[in-house]
Amino acid sequence: MRAIAVKEMLQVWRDPISLMIALLMPFMQMMLLGYGVSLDVKHLPVCAFDREVSQQSRSLIDRFRASQYFRLAATPASYREVTQALDRGTCRLALVIPPDFTERLSDMRQSSVQVLIDATDTNTANIALGYAQAVISGYASDISAGTGGASAAASQLIAVESRVWFNEDLQSRNFIIPGVVALVMALVGAQLTSLTIAREWERGTMELLISTPVTPMELMLGKLAPYFAIGMLDAAFCLGVAVFWFGVPFRGEVLVLLATTALFLMVILGLGYMISSRIRSQVGAAQMGLLVTMMPTTLLSGYAFPIDQMPAAVQGVSYLVFARYYVTILKAVFLKGSGLIELAVPIVALVIYAAVVVFLATRGFRKRLD
Amino acid sequence: MSAAASPILAEDLVKRFGSFVAVDHVSFRIERGEIIGFLGPNGAGKSTTLRMLCGLLRPSGGRALVAGFDVARDAEKVRTQIGYMSQKFSLYPDLTVMENLRFFGGMYRVPRGILPERIAFAVSMAGLAGRENALVSTLAGGWKQRLALGCAILHRPPILFLDEPTSGVDPESRRRFWDLIHAFAADGVTVLVSTHYMDEAEYCNRIALIDRGRLIELASPSALKRRSLGGELLALECDPLGAGLTALQSWPETIDAALFGNAIHVLVKDAAAALSALPAYLASAGVRTEKIARIEPTIEDVFVRMVGANLAGGNGRS
Repeated sequence: MRAIAVKEMLQVWRDPISLMIALLMPFMQMMLLGYGVSLDVKHLPVCAFDREVSQQSRSLIDRFRASQYFRLAATPASYREVTQALDRGTCRLALVIPPDFTERLSDMRQSSVQVLIDATDTNTANIALGYAQAVISGYASDISAGTGGASAAASQLIAVESRVWFNEDLQSRNFIIPGVVALVMALVGAQLTSLTIAREWERGTMELLISTPVTPMELMLGKLAPYFAIGMLDAAFCLGVAVFWFGVPFRGEVLVLLATTALFLMVILGLGYMISSRIRSQVGAAQMGLLVTMMPTTLLSGYAFPIDQMPAAVQGVSYLVFARYYVTILKAVFLKGSGLIELAVPIVALVIYAAVVVFLATRGFRKRLD
Repeated sequence: MSAAASPILAEDLVKRFGSFVAVDHVSFRIERGEIIGFLGPNGAGKSTTLRMLCGLLRPSGGRALVAGFDVARDAEKVRTQIGYMSQKFSLYPDLTVMENLRFFGGMYRVPRGILPERIAFAVSMAGLAGRENALVSTLAGGWKQRLALGCAILHRPPILFLDEPTSGVDPESRRRFWDLIHAFAADGVTVLVSTHYMDEAEYCNRIALIDRGRLIELASPSALKRRSLGGELLALECDPLGAGLTALQSWPETIDAALFGNAIHVLVKDAAAALSALPAYLASAGVRTEKIARIEPTIEDVFVRMVGANLAGGNGRS
């Protein structure tokens, strides 16, 4: 087993592609996903069609201008221009202030403004609508406080006061980056291991290897040990980048994180090994490896796309995705500081997964050519 | 395994791939210290037979014992007793000579204490001293083959299976390789080696002629020549060659006639009579005889003759 591990390490070390996957890929992934993927709505381009042009209407528009969530991109003078701006995407949200805006406000009657949203990206649209409502109602409450209207003031008393937990800055980065760690390991682990056995088949070295007395178990452990070490190193690197570079708060125990990371790696490596011992070509194995590990990790682990917003059937499927448990653990350890006891369920799920995969991987490998 | 048991024994060994019969009821017994050459064209079933004996392929029928262990049931025990060189060169080109040797030493479970000594032996045997740290990909063919042999003998196996070990290697290196094989055999190692180089067959104690899955003959090179031809051999150079061959094939005294390079080998009952009669016969067919002599048959002659007979027999049966 030691001989295999040494040999495997040497081969990774001498193969520029493997080395790149092992060392450069995690870095690139962290940077790309850390900076690139953001679900935050900020500086959304807005156009405001002011049909009244009064002091009141202008001060409402100023509120939008002052908000960090919006950026005033245009002030169209007709509905046609509003439509055009939305169609072309120069603005994503349009604010239309009616000509009787001030009049109705001063009468203490309900005044209304129209908000048009480009909802091609529903997620962004929802968030933007929320922010727009907040801006408008904030303005309304200031008006009513200013005029001192009793009934209006009373209605403002039941304003919802929300407090945000765990991710106080409401930064999607804090929410996404811990999950990226899972993604990086799935990618690196699956890529490297799916190649390792397939390469031996392709080059014909496997025939010689299985003519020796080496046992399937030794072969697997020897082959996976170096990748396990690389995976743990990559994980440590990614976690470091998450905390020290991106400033994601880390509230849990490092040990809990490392232990669960080891479990997750075992599943990934076992899967990669299983695939590459069945599919005997490198290209096929690498593709299959991506399909089995990367795809579900990206889409169904909940690292960026919340599982509880998926259709029920898809949610059901996500229970089969091992990455889901690890992502749950990652987020909880990072943001909530959860310990082993709180995380018992996902940890047990990962343990079961790892055991099954490792069992199947050793059983699946036959020391025969036919 | 009793002392009297043969190191390699095959009984009615069959291997089918779908409807294709790669190895067709092959039986043989090989004694300790013998060098057996598997000779036959590509696709004859040499590699398939070797792989079954190594426990890499499961026989479809019959059985084989290697070092007394059944290759189907006790493949793992077989593997501790054999060294194998596969047809395709299969060391790691991205590792150095030493790294390959250490790796296979580990695979064959050579105890760590004696591994350095075994590696030193393999290096000197393969003539690789001074190149221990060279990447295998930088070695020439002959060196690679000897290194592969060096890796296969690290655990001192009593049986060696070598599948076309010298293919694509220059004649000097082939010669050297065969010297090594003879040295091992002298130490009591049983060697089963496949080749499609007819001249190499002469280095073997016995030759197994294999064609289309069948073992046609298993005998010493000299016995093969004596028995199989059933006549004496003449080599003839003539002009034009094609017309000469056609004429010879229809000559009543001819048992067999075939092209060998720019000469025709003619098998006849009585070489002396044919020598005197042939030039006149050929002249009547408009062919000028340039050179004619009696020759000792080579294994290639035997092979061509035997395969022809096997082909005729096979067609008759089907």
